[in-house]
Amino acid sequence: MGEVYNPRGMRTLFEKEVRRFLKVSIQTVLAPCVTTLLYLLVFASVLEDHIKVYDGVSYLAFLVPGLIMMTVIQNAFANASSSLIQSKMTGNLVFLLLSPISGVEMVVAFVAAAVVRGILVGLCVWLVALVFVDVPLVSLATVLLFLVLSSAVLGAVGLIAGLWADKFDQLSAFQNFIIVPLSFLSGVFYSVESLPGIWQAISRFNPFFYMIDGFRYGFFGVSDVDPELSLVVTLAFLLLVSGVSLLLVRIGYKIRQ
Amino acid sequence: MTAIVFSNVYKRFGRLEALSNINFTVPEGSFFGLLGPNGAGKSTLINLSAGLARASQGSVSVLGNDVQRDYRKTRQALGVVPQELVYDPFFSVREMLRLQAGYFGCPPSSHSYIDELIERLDLIDKADTNLHDLSGGMKRRVLVAQALVHRPQVVILDEPTAGVDVELRKNLWQFVSELHREGRTIVLTTHYLEEAESLCDQIAILNHGRVVAMDEKERLLARHPHQFLCLTLGCEGKPLPSALAPLVVKQDGCELTLKLKRDQDKIGAVLDALRDVDIPILELHTRDPGLEEVFIDITAQTNEVTHG
Repeated sequence: MGEVYNPRGMRTLFEKEVRRFLKVSIQTVLAPCVTTLLYLLVFASVLEDHIKVYDGVSYLAFLVPGLIMMTVIQNAFANASSSLIQSKMTGNLVFLLLSPISGVEMVVAFVAAAVVRGILVGLCVWLVALVFVDVPLVSLATVLLFLVLSSAVLGAVGLIAGLWADKFDQLSAFQNFIIVPLSFLSGVFYSVESLPGIWQAISRFNPFFYMIDGFRYGFFGVSDVDPELSLVVTLAFLLLVSGVSLLLVRIGYKIRQ
Repeated sequence: MTAIVFSNVYKRFGRLEALSNINFTVPEGSFFGLLGPNGAGKSTLINLSAGLARASQGSVSVLGNDVQRDYRKTRQALGVVPQELVYDPFFSVREMLRLQAGYFGCPPSSHSYIDELIERLDLIDKADTNLHDLSGGMKRRVLVAQALVHRPQVVILDEPTAGVDVELRKNLWQFVSELHREGRTIVLTTHYLEEAESLCDQIAILNHGRVVAMDEKERLLARHPHQFLCLTLGCEGKPLPSALAPLVVKQDGCELTLKLKRDQDKIGAVLDALRDVDIPILELHTRDPGLEEVFIDITAQTNEVTHG
């Protein structure tokens, strides 16, 4: 092992985090696909004829990227946060804390594992949706770029939440009062263009809106805001949450006395 | 060379001073006993060495490296068996040991050493069993194996035999003694003082966050101001002379144990006092105090100082 870098340690932690969620893949991969499918069926039957989105794009097709991104957001968040809180609660986090893995390596490993889960779940939902809806694809690169960046953002946010929460209840509050509302109010089910002025303005303070809007651009070639702006905002948010999570890990926030 | 050095270490949790002015050295290759009542600060001291906690003041070094500045080197040098029976319920014994070795940067070629540890700790039958399904004793063995996967030079065992049955305790001590003979430094905290006495060559006693005694075991025992006089009397119900009563620490029928101050209470005077009242002495021998008696005396004295 090098003295300034422990690549094998980081890779091991990454592999451990991936294997952890794969060991419970019914809960972590299959269940989100089924939930998304239910959303699709319910909204298809109820809202298809009521909501107008982009010209030439059916509401159902419009819905698919939003649902994929919402699933990605929630699962990438859950991967890092639930692993950390479980390790804290059961005490086995000590094995990691005793090892010569640095703060940066720890953050990279957790975030990378969250990205893997985000992409895996996102692709599964996409495949399932394709059975029912014809969704165009204008730019695969844009889709993958936003998929990876958004998963990374939520991986870092999950890390922050996992460090902050002392019990499952607090983590659940973080998820239900911050992550879920921000993802629901980010344009998953509608175009923010259809909102009244004030709500449109408020939506633009929601970083999840840019993730979903940029991601959707990759499918349809149209979006509510310029995709370059979405990319810049998503990158800036990734930088911010990664920086905060790194700082917390480095000072040992709630994990080292 | 020293294994661990504590220099002017203080640790405060809010207004509570858990450790105060800790200065001592764990010599390399020693079997070091860190003793003290519950809450004395033993685990905090271990956490500082392992980087699980940061000192409020002072420094801790392991094999000459500072635990904060050179944390990669010090963690590589340390193997810590935590006090709590913690485990990751997602993995089997073998998986967990390989993951732990990976954290320390050990290559896949280290897997043969993991197999050796599994064999030496009698875990072969359970190697592919999920940790969740193991008994407490088995989990404890896995914790020991986990602490050793990266071949650390210093092994810290924080109450490794708490709640462990006699057989496993015996096996565990045998294994730890082998590690010591192989050249590793062992730091041990335990409540089983007779075990610490038989295993350790160096002892530090902590009380209320301070080191109240620290020496080689033999010297620590020898400098104790008391010795014990054990007598078998042909007493036939005769009362003991009143001068001897304050010295008696144990009486079981005609078996009597007296605690004598080495520089004050003479054995000859005790025997004379018994002869004066015609109590025959059938058998006698003296005994130096054990670690338990030394420990109780020292902690009682420091409790008096603290509370008095």
